[in-house]
Amino acid sequence: MKRDYSLLGPDGQRAVETGLATAEWYHSDVPRKVMKDLMQRSDQPAIRDTLLLVALMIVFAGAGIALWPTVWSVPFWLAYGVLYGSASDSRWHECSHGTAFRTPWMNNAVYEVASFMIMRNSATWRWSHARHHTDTYIVGRDPEIAVMRPPEFAKLVLNFFGVIDVLRFFPNLVQNAATGPNAQERTFVPQSEWAKVRRVARIHLAIYAATVALSWALWSILPLMVIGLPRLYGAWHHVMTGLLQHGGLADNVIDHRLNSRTVLMNPISRFIYWNMNYHVEHHMFPMVPYHALPRLHEIIKTDLPAPTASIAAGFREMWPALRRQLAQEDYFVLRDLPPTAKPYRQDLHETALGAAR
Amino acid sequence: MAQWIDACADDEIDEEDVMRWDHDGKTYAIYHSPDGEYFCTDGLCSHEEVHLAGGLVMDYVIECPKHNGQFDYRTGQATRAPVCVNLRTYPAKSENGRIWIEV
Repeated sequence: MKRDYSLLGPDGQRAVETGLATAEWYHSDVPRKVMKDLMQRSDQPAIRDTLLLVALMIVFAGAGIALWPTVWSVPFWLAYGVLYGSASDSRWHECSHGTAFRTPWMNNAVYEVASFMIMRNSATWRWSHARHHTDTYIVGRDPEIAVMRPPEFAKLVLNFFGVIDVLRFFPNLVQNAATGPNAQERTFVPQSEWAKVRRVARIHLAIYAATVALSWALWSILPLMVIGLPRLYGAWHHVMTGLLQHGGLADNVIDHRLNSRTVLMNPISRFIYWNMNYHVEHHMFPMVPYHALPRLHEIIKTDLPAPTASIAAGFREMWPALRRQLAQEDYFVLRDLPPTAKPYRQDLHETALGAAR
Repeated sequence: MAQWIDACADDEIDEEDVMRWDHDGKTYAIYHSPDGEYFCTDGLCSHEEVHLAGGLVMDYVIECPKHNGQFDYRTGQATRAPVCVNLRTYPAKSENGRIWIEV
């Protein structure tokens, strides 16, 4: 059956009627004392990582500006772009959960800056992401489904350069600045926050207008190379890792082992991505800060599908599945559980499990 | 009419932790604060009705395990999105090694 991803459409309505929406999800067993220890917050790891991130951005942008407009500036812009257009995604994400730092104002400050860089309205997306965690990959409920079925490959490829996101962002930014959240956003943003959506949009719009004005005055795109354009030329890493989170896996299920993917990654990608490669673990226990996810993984891995060995292995699994979904929309990759794991609940996932393989 | 109910032994909840307590068809959360006091609120988050007993207690804050919304468990006040609606609180006391809740 054709899926309708609109938050105002029949699939969302059906999810509410069948109990798929706001359902009780599967959780691996973790003793309370162990979980309490894993959930503990600390400022130190995130302060260290944030200082390193900011220092690297200053160095790379500084070198890019110093060497502008020669070809020698290109590697520095590429490095800066990944930090601006991709590391901002994971900082936005972790700080939206409030788990990166123990101190609330630090979470909020990094969240606001990262939201600006990744081109998301900080007031809207806090609520969007809450819904993503309530109804992960429930069609018609989750506003953050990255790959809809049937997949649109041209859009996926364009988005490696941020094209689709940015093209959607600016008209919405103008609308948010003028009238607040749009009709779909109003389904998950409470009315008490609508004024904040408008205020944030106006601030973002003003910064972009000032940057464009400066570029115009200097008759150079250099200011835009620092603010705005890195969301395009540096987006590829967060798109690459983001697609692996749920791509090619099940939808309309209530077990994160079926719809999320944990991927082992190199240390540089893990720094950029802030350990969100442990994605099953993150969705199952969103209270656990990014720096404790590897420990959580070790504790519950006997109850999870084996992690995907690398980014390349993830794409080798995901891409053919997406291609197959072009003709067979219900197809998804069913990942095997180890013998030590509690099995998937057939009674809850009869439709989905019947379509797998 | 409200009455004091014997909920549990006071050593059942570690300091800076929370425990679920069900009574008369309703669920509550009982907290042991870092300075040794006990508090009680509704047991379900006012956002999406998740049991707060699975959450994290930090000083006088309980954080919901599902969406990381926060409440001050002494007053029930919602302090961090996505929670907007305050929790109801109930008087709690420790006497002779037991925790009593007035419901």
